[in-house]
Amino acid sequence: MLVSYQWLKDYVDIDMDPQELADKLTMVGLEVSSVTRLGPNMEGVLVGYVEHVDPHPNSDRLSLCRVDIGKGEPLNIVCGAPNVAAGQKVPVAMIGTCLPNGQKIEKAVIRKVESHGMICSGDEMGLDAALLPKDQQEGIMVLPEDSVVGDSVEKTLNLDDTVFEIDLTPNRADCMSIRNIAREVGAIAGLKLKPLDLDFEESTDALTKDMISVEIKDPDLCGRYVARVVTGVTIGPSPAWLQNRLRAVGVRPISNIVDVTNFVMMEMGQPLHAFDYRFLEEKTIVVRRAGEGEKIITLDGQERQLDENTLVIADGKRPVAIAGIMGGENSEIMEDTTTVLIESANFNMVNIRRSSKRLGLRSESSMRFEKGVNIEGAREAADRAAKLMANLGGGRVASGVVDNYPRKWTPVKIELNVKKVNNLLDLNLSEEKIVDLLGSIDLKSDSIGHDTLLVTVPPFRLDIEREIDLVEEVARLYGYEKIPLTIPEGDVGQQKMTWEQVLERKCKEILTGCGLTEVISFSFLNPKSFDKMGLPEDHSMRKGVEISNPLSEEHSVMRTSLIPNLLEIAQRNVSRKVLDLSIFEFGRVFHPGEETGEPIESPVLSGLVMGSMFGGWKWGKEEFDFFFLKGVLEELMDRLNIKDTKWEPCSFPGLHPGRSARLIRGDKILGVLGEVHPDVLENYELSSKACIFELDFTVLAALGSQEKQYTVLQRFPSAERDLAIIVSEDIAAAELEEVIINAGGDILAECRLFDVYRGKQIPENKKSLAYSLIYRSPERTLTDEEINEKHEEIKQKLFTEFGAELR
Amino acid sequence: MLDSLKKIKIDAMEELDRVKDLNEVEEIRIKYLGKKGVLTQLLRGMGKLSEEERPAVGKLANEVRDFLEKQIETSRIEIRNREKEKKLARERIDVTLPGKKILLGKKHPLTQVLDEIKEIFIGMGFSIAEGPEIETDEYNFERLNLPKDHPAREMQDTFFITDNILLRTQTSPVQAHVMDEMVPNLPIRIIAPGRVFRRDDDSTHSPMFHQVEGLLVDENVTFADLKGTLFAFVRQMFGKGVQFRLRPSYFPFTEPSAEVDISCIICGGKGCRTCSHSGWLEILGSGLVHPKVLEMSGYDSNKVSGYAFGMGVERITMLKYGIDDIRVFFENDARFLAQF
Repeated sequence: MLVSYQWLKDYVDIDMDPQELADKLTMVGLEVSSVTRLGPNMEGVLVGYVEHVDPHPNSDRLSLCRVDIGKGEPLNIVCGAPNVAAGQKVPVAMIGTCLPNGQKIEKAVIRKVESHGMICSGDEMGLDAALLPKDQQEGIMVLPEDSVVGDSVEKTLNLDDTVFEIDLTPNRADCMSIRNIAREVGAIAGLKLKPLDLDFEESTDALTKDMISVEIKDPDLCGRYVARVVTGVTIGPSPAWLQNRLRAVGVRPISNIVDVTNFVMMEMGQPLHAFDYRFLEEKTIVVRRAGEGEKIITLDGQERQLDENTLVIADGKRPVAIAGIMGGENSEIMEDTTTVLIESANFNMVNIRRSSKRLGLRSESSMRFEKGVNIEGAREAADRAAKLMANLGGGRVASGVVDNYPRKWTPVKIELNVKKVNNLLDLNLSEEKIVDLLGSIDLKSDSIGHDTLLVTVPPFRLDIEREIDLVEEVARLYGYEKIPLTIPEGDVGQQKMTWEQVLERKCKEILTGCGLTEVISFSFLNPKSFDKMGLPEDHSMRKGVEISNPLSEEHSVMRTSLIPNLLEIAQRNVSRKVLDLSIFEFGRVFHPGEETGEPIESPVLSGLVMGSMFGGWKWGKEEFDFFFLKGVLEELMDRLNIKDTKWEPCSFPGLHPGRSARLIRGDKILGVLGEVHPDVLENYELSSKACIFELDFTVLAALGSQEKQYTVLQRFPSAERDLAIIVSEDIAAAELEEVIINAGGDILAECRLFDVYRGKQIPENKKSLAYSLIYRSPERTLTDEEINEKHEEIKQKLFTEFGAELR
Repeated sequence: MLDSLKKIKIDAMEELDRVKDLNEVEEIRIKYLGKKGVLTQLLRGMGKLSEEERPAVGKLANEVRDFLEKQIETSRIEIRNREKEKKLARERIDVTLPGKKILLGKKHPLTQVLDEIKEIFIGMGFSIAEGPEIETDEYNFERLNLPKDHPAREMQDTFFITDNILLRTQTSPVQAHVMDEMVPNLPIRIIAPGRVFRRDDDSTHSPMFHQVEGLLVDENVTFADLKGTLFAFVRQMFGKGVQFRLRPSYFPFTEPSAEVDISCIICGGKGCRTCSHSGWLEILGSGLVHPKVLEMSGYDSNKVSGYAFGMGVERITMLKYGIDDIRVFFENDARFLAQF
C-alpha cells in the first residue's frame, strides 16, 4: 500500500518529519518498507502554454512550437513528439537546466531552426511513465489544465511529496485506506482526525429512486448496495491536485469521473464503480449469481466466462460488472457520458476471493473486498464521490439515495478486563490510560465496574473480535518497547533429549569423525531417478507420496530413499570437477500408508563415497571403496553398542550384484551397503566408482544403546601366533573367522586378519588369508605348550572344515 | 720413576686427545690401565723402590691412575655425545613438508546453526519436540486459527498431497500436537526444529527450508516473558552488543504478535544492503499464543497463557556467514560444505 505524506496531512495536522513518522508507523504495526520522495528535484522546468504549433520547415516529423512561459516573449521550441498540440500546458525545460536523467538543455539549432528549450516527456523528468495516459507515455507529458503558466513543474506535480510503502498485515484491511492510516498517524501524534467534507447540494429535479431500482437477489453475497446518480457531467481530465494524489499512490489518472472513484477508494477504502447510466437496460440494478454460460467483457478487454458461483451486477438484461472485481465494457464511462450511476456496495469476502482466484483477475477493488470492507461506510463513500463528481464534472447530484442494506451491521461490544491487560503485558496501566489509548483510534470504552471496560468496536475494524484483540491494541499503542523483559517463572522440569534425538546427534558426530560430511537435500525427488537407479517397475521404492501441485517434475514425489538425491549431489559435484566425495544425510523417507492411506514418515541415515582420500605426499591416496564404507559402519555399530551384526551378500537394484551386502542383526535388517552398479554410475555421469549405504534409523534406535560397562584390564601377558592358510575362493572370510573363534575358545583373545593374497604361489581359484591370533587368559599366564596345542587345534579345524592348507 | 709417571700421564693425555671413537678409548684404557698396561706394569716395579721413595711415587701413581680414569671417562662421554649429535644431524627432516591430511567430515552449516539454537534453548529449560513433515490441513492451518478461506492462508503457498493432506508450511503445527499430548498438564516448554515447505523458488526462497518453533505454556505467562526469553536468545546467538526490538505484527495463531528485529549484524545498524538500509534485520516471528489455539487443545485460556515464536534457520545462517543465495545450502557442493 502506497501512502502519500501530503495526502495524510489532508486528514490530520501532523508536523513530523516523514522519516520519523515512518519509524513510528512501523512501531505501531504498520511496517513502512520504504520512504521515497515522489519525484526528483527539477529546477528550471516550468509550466508552458503551447500557443501554436507549426510544421518544421525542414522536417516532416518535427514541429515548431511557440510556448508562453509566463514571462518575456514566448519561446520558439522545436519538438519531435507526435502528441504536441496548441492549447496544451506542457513542461518546458529552460536553457541551462539539467534534467534528472542527466540531460543538459542548451540553445540548439535543429535543422537550421533555433530551439530555445525543450518540451519534456514524463520519462525525461524521471517520472513513472506507467502512470501517464497511453498517448503521453510515448510523447510529451501534458499537464492538467488548471496548471499555472510559469509555475515550476515540481510544484505543479507536487513532486516534493513523500511516499511511504506500507507492508500491511492481512488483519489490517482497514488500512487499505489513507484516511484510516491517518487515524493511526493521529494516534501516534496525539491528534484527532479532521472531519471529512461531505456537504453538497442535491438537485431538486431528479430523484434517485425514480431513476434506478436496486434488487439484491443474494443478500448472503451482497450485504449492502448504495446507488447515487450524478447528471449532466462533462468528462475530461482531472485537476492537478487530484491527478497528483492518484499518481503519488501509484494510480494512473484517467478521467475526472473514474479518478473520483479511485480517489474515494484510496481515501476511504470503499471500492466504487461508476456506470454510464444510459447503457443500463430497464434502469435496474440486479445483484445476482451469474447464470450458467453467461459472459462479460471486462474493462481490460477480456471476455470472461461466468458461472453460478460468480456474483454479478446486472441491469435488466445482462451482467454489467463482476461484483467487486471489475466493471464491464458495456456500461463503461465514455468520453460522452453525461449521467453516472455510482455503486458503493459491500460484498462477501470469501465469495470475492474465490471468484477472483477462479477468474485469475485481481483488482484494487477485489483486494479490498476479499479482506473485508466497512459496510457502514458505503453511504458516506457514495456521497463523497457524488460530491466530487458534481464539482469536477460540472454535474448535479440527483436527490436522495437508493440504499439497499439487507445485512445490517450490529455493533461489536467486547468486555476488557484491566487486570487481564496488565497481567498479560506485565504492565500497570490505569483504566483511564487504557481508555485513552483505545480512544485514540476511535475504540470507545465505557467502564462497567469490576475493573472492566465495555469497548465498542467501530465498523471498520473487522479484525477485532474478542478481548485478546483489544489487549493487542493496547500493547501496540502503548509501545512494545515499554513492556519489560522478564524470564519465565515456574517449574522447568527435567529436560532431556529423546533417545532418537541423542542418537541422531551421535550418528552425525561419529560419521563426521569417520570423514563423512553432512549434506541436506530436498525431501522431494525426481521420479525419473527411479529409472536412473534401474528399479524394476513394481519396486516398492517407486511407490512414493506424490505432490499434486509440484513446482516441477524434478520435485514431484516425496523421497522413498535418500540414495537418488545423494547420487544427484555426486553428479553435481563431478560436473563442477569435485571428484572425491564422502557424504551422508539424515532425513525422513515417505511411503503411502497401506491401511490408513496416510503417509508414513521414517527416518533413515544414508551415505555415499566416491573417488579417494588423499593422505599427503607420504601416504598417497586411499580409495573410497566398499571396505572403507564398511569400516565406517562397523565403527558406527561399535560406538552404538550394536553387537553380533552380520553382513550378508544381497542383490539390491542399482547396486553391483557382487558387491552389495545387507547388515543384519538377528531377524532385523539394519540396512544395505554396496557399490553402485556401473549402469547407474553411467546414468548419473559418474566416472569413478561410488559406494552407498542406507540404514533404517528406527532399527538403529531400537538396537543401539549408550550403556557402557567397565571391564577389568587384563594383567596376564599375551602371546601372538601367525596363521596363513590357503582356501578355495568361495569360502567367506566370516566363515573362517567363526571357526577360528569357536575353536580358540576362552584363551583366544583376538583374531586379526592382516592379509588377503592371490597370485604367485597361490593356485587358481584359491586365496591366502593370514591371521594374527592373540592368546591370553584372564586368570593366568599361558604356557607355550598350551598355546601351541590350541593353535594346532585351530589349524586342524580349518583343514578339516574348509580343506585349508598351510601356506 | 716419578718422571716415568709424569710421562705416562702426558702420553696418555696426548693419545686421548686424538681418539675418534669408543674403541680407541678402550684401547688407550687397556694400554695404560689394563692388567698388562703401562701404568700397571710400572706400579709392579714399586717393590724395588726404597722406603723413602715409595710414598711419593705411590701417591703420584695413584694420582695419575685416578686422573687417567677420569679423563678416559670424560672422553667416553664426549665421544658418546658427539656421536649422538651426529646421529641427530643425520635424522634432520624438512619440517616445512606438509603433515598427513586427516579426513574429518563436517556437519552441514544448517545443522551447526541449529545445534547452536538447540543448545541455547535447552539451557533455558526447553525440550525438543518433533512433528510430521506431511501434515493435515487441520494441524497446519485450522488448529492455528487459520480456518478455510482465511485471508492469511495466502501468506503461504502450499504443496498439497490431497485436498486435506499437505506438506507443512511451518513448524507451528507441532504446537498443537504437543498441546494435545500434554493437556491438561503444565508447563510446556518446547522447541520444534524441522523442515518446512512452500511453493517458492528463487535466491531468497527455497521450496524446502528449516524453521525452529518455540512454545511455552503455563500459568501467568506474559508478553514480558516472551521479550525476556527472546532477548536472552538473541544475545547468546548474535553477541552482547546486538540491539533488539519487538515490533507489532500479525500471525493468526498469536496475539499480540510481534516481529523480532536485531540491529544489522553486517553494518551495526548504520544501514546497508543486507538490512535494506533500515539498520534492522527481521529474524523471528512471535507472540502470545492466541486463546483460540489454547482452547482448541483443551486448555482454559482464562487460566493458562503462553507464548510462541518461530525462526528460519536458513535466514539466521545466511546472516551469520554472509551467504546471499539460499540455494547453495541444498546444492551441497563439497567446496561449500568444507567452509564451515
